[in-house]
Amino acid sequence: MKKSHILALIVVALGVVIVISTAGDASSYVSFNEAYELAQGGSNKKIHVVGGLKKGDGGQVEGVETSADKLSFSFIMVDEHNREQKVFYPEPVPADFVRSEQVVVVGSYRNDLFIADKILMKCPSKYQEEEL
Amino acid sequence: MIDTLIGEIGHLFVIVSFVSALLAAFSYYKLTVSSEFEKSKWKVFARSTFYFHIFSIMGIVVTLFLIIYQNKFEYHYAWSHSSRLLPAYYIVSSFWEGQEGSFLLWMFWHAVLGIFLINTNKRWEGPMMTIFALIQAFLVSMILGVIIGDLKIGSTPFILLRDALADPIFQIDPNFVPTDGTGLNPLLQNYWMVIHPPTLFLGFALTLVPFSYCISGLWTGQYKEWVRPALPWMLGATLVLGLGIIMGAIWAYETLNFEGYWNWDPVENAIYIPWLIMVASIHTMITYRKSNTALKASIVLVISSFILLLYSTFLVRSGILGNASVHSFTDLGLSGQLLVYLLFFTFLAILLSIKAWKHIPTTKEEISSYSREFWIFIGATTLALMAFQVLIPTSIPVYNAIVELFGGISNMAPPADQIGFYTKFQLWFSIAIALLSGTGQFFWWKKMKGSDLWKAISTPIIITLILASSVIILAKITNLTYILLLTASIYSIVANSKILIGLAKQNVKLAGGSVAHIGIALMLIGILFSSGYSDVLSINNTGRLINRELPDDMNLNNIPLFYGKKTQMGDYTLNYNGKLMDAKGIPELVNIRDLADTMEPQFKVAKVNIEARGKVYAQEGDTIQVFPENTYYKVEFTHQNGKQFSLYPRAQVNPNMGLISSPDIKKYIGRDLYAHATSIPNPDAELEWGEATTYNLAIGEQFFLNDYVANLISVERVTDLGSVGLGLDDVAVRASVEVQTDNGIFMLKPLFIIKDQLVGRVPDESPEIGVKLVFNNVIPDQNIFEFSAQTTQQDWMVFKVIEKPYINLLWIGTILMLIGLGMAMFRRYREFKLMRDKGQD
Repeated sequence: MKKSHILALIVVALGVVIVISTAGDASSYVSFNEAYELAQGGSNKKIHVVGGLKKGDGGQVEGVETSADKLSFSFIMVDEHNREQKVFYPEPVPADFVRSEQVVVVGSYRNDLFIADKILMKCPSKYQEEEL
Repeated sequence: MIDTLIGEIGHLFVIVSFVSALLAAFSYYKLTVSSEFEKSKWKVFARSTFYFHIFSIMGIVVTLFLIIYQNKFEYHYAWSHSSRLLPAYYIVSSFWEGQEGSFLLWMFWHAVLGIFLINTNKRWEGPMMTIFALIQAFLVSMILGVIIGDLKIGSTPFILLRDALADPIFQIDPNFVPTDGTGLNPLLQNYWMVIHPPTLFLGFALTLVPFSYCISGLWTGQYKEWVRPALPWMLGATLVLGLGIIMGAIWAYETLNFEGYWNWDPVENAIYIPWLIMVASIHTMITYRKSNTALKASIVLVISSFILLLYSTFLVRSGILGNASVHSFTDLGLSGQLLVYLLFFTFLAILLSIKAWKHIPTTKEEISSYSREFWIFIGATTLALMAFQVLIPTSIPVYNAIVELFGGISNMAPPADQIGFYTKFQLWFSIAIALLSGTGQFFWWKKMKGSDLWKAISTPIIITLILASSVIILAKITNLTYILLLTASIYSIVANSKILIGLAKQNVKLAGGSVAHIGIALMLIGILFSSGYSDVLSINNTGRLINRELPDDMNLNNIPLFYGKKTQMGDYTLNYNGKLMDAKGIPELVNIRDLADTMEPQFKVAKVNIEARGKVYAQEGDTIQVFPENTYYKVEFTHQNGKQFSLYPRAQVNPNMGLISSPDIKKYIGRDLYAHATSIPNPDAELEWGEATTYNLAIGEQFFLNDYVANLISVERVTDLGSVGLGLDDVAVRASVEVQTDNGIFMLKPLFIIKDQLVGRVPDESPEIGVKLVFNNVIPDQNIFEFSAQTTQQDWMVFKVIEKPYINLLWIGTILMLIGLGMAMFRRYREFKLMRDKGQD
């Protein structure tokens, strides 16, 4: 075998390793039900859940509880299947959190509580204004 | 009155520039394929159409700039990206804040480069400018704003507000013009955002030049000749694009609050990938110039780098990243067009390559592992793998889109811990890069056999081991991969320095490579320390006591600071000193405590004389102009050793984006202290006052107010209440209560008035310390005064402080890398010019 062939083999092998490990490390978008089942099944893999904040009849956000020292908070999130779930975030409330129309939480279940490692917020008209 | 004319002129320029780009592409094509006899005729026509195209591009730029500059808010672009209060130097940022403007910026650079290339090239003009004009036609189509049936082609920046928004006001009054625009995104109101986009897009535009040379070479059968003119341009493109990327990283580090300079966000990855391929292509092209190998690899890499750049444009601008990225552009419905743009040039390049492939000369002989070609090829392969590793996960949203296109459901998400995921791979690749860039240089300058190699590298290896082990011991590095990366990087620095010293004696102009490699190695060490050993100083260990929900293995990385209450943080004592504002004409920030509100947010009245640097800038009662968008939170740091400094992280209040926090950074030679406010009270919320407590106080009596020590200093009769006239029988007394805080003394002066036999009370309050004090009553026979106080949460902020060691190595390394690329670029351009003037370009 020529040296260039060996080299090509190594490169292909590394490429395959990269693809497989990406597939293994990739997270997924799931609902709270699926996430809960995953956690019950013993998986502690971090997943993404897309949803919104729980809102009352008047449209005001409900269920945001800030800890006494303001360093962490929990809130009620409603996923795309309308399941409500309490989510805990060990960081202060992000500034325009209650304004966000959509949130993505990245994290996993600990017992019945969903612990978020990261919260991505989609705020109304963040970069492009739609109304006067 | 609505000025529709200027928009129509602008739109006309757009259409003219589109048509002229197509015409120029066609006539340059004819110039390329026609016989010598007809060439001169086509050349005149092609050049005039292309210059006409450039003229109309400049026309679009000037028109759009005038619309923004003259505050013509009847236009959507001006309204949504600018405002009257915006300082002039940010008007240019407004210009490219939107997608349309940034496309324009890109076209503008192509136009400038086009002029340059027409006038510096002899043989390549025809095919190169065909590609240039074609690319320009695609780009102009993005801002064309023409609707044919259901097909919308491009999004014009000249659309009127009333056509862009379906607001009912336009039915009542079609000529309605808003009095002000919505302003520039406050995060972009930063000097880096004035220079980062033009630099980045110049980098984008420069990448087109080597691509065009390569395609022209394949097209016209000059399979080898394209390399020489393309090489300096590839070096320049890598330099400028690299500079643009770094500027973006610095902007993110100084302005955003994600606590670093690189976040592996898809938008960042999208530009990192082509850049790595560009670096790889430089190496294969240089090899080719020296020894006629790696020509095919160069063609593949040059084409890939440009296609990947188009792919990154597609990712960032099509809206496909959606939830995956925090800062891609808004979707303007251009995804179809962007896809056509990407696929057109991908297939064109592949087609031309296939046709040319068997004509491309290759070397048959097996390359020796002691040859420089071998090692450089390994280096380029490593760079390509590095790029591939980032490309695969960054494209996850694309896989989902493809699966959904065929009716499937795909819910793949990017890795949850992006930084950890990418670092895991890129770290090992970086080790390989450092080792190769050290060793490769020896092969480069000398042909070697096995024994020679050992002779050349033994000294650098010994020096490396001594240096690396001392750093490892001194910095207490225990992580094995970090030890390897550090050692490999130090090796690269030592080996390249040896080469550099050798070259400096002969011809320093040749040393670009070793300077750039030293820069890269320094960058790696800087990244290793500043990211790998980034340390949160504001760890909170009281958290678990307060919060039962907090899992045991979790730290709280923030500390709460209360106004005027010193807080211990490691070796530092912190004191939150209040909110400050930037005032016009005053060189220092002004404490909000010293300012009273007026009806307009940008004007405040001074409550006291405002001094800065020992000079009074505003007298008590003067009205001063402030910049209300930014609020600075002053935190005083006192180190155990007595050294003091203050940091001013800021929060921006913006009606469209809510609150945005930006850090302040204390820079030392060996480290940065990075601090930002992670949470602040909602500025719109009303203060919630608690139950009132009653105090009966004698003069001089001490009491506690909201945990601060307070003292009733005096009660004095007031004879003049200004506008409220006092009669003979009326009485007014003012109490002076002193409140001691770590930020000095606060005076509260409530009034007690009896006027026309009615009792009036004027309370005094301070939101900083959270106290509202009412003077209730005077009990004259006992000399006792009755007060009632309501308290609320004193002003607070949640604060996070991170230490980033040796981050300056990263910046120094970056500068060296750019200098190295620049040196190589000038050297290669000189070679090109020399050959061109001999008539062999």
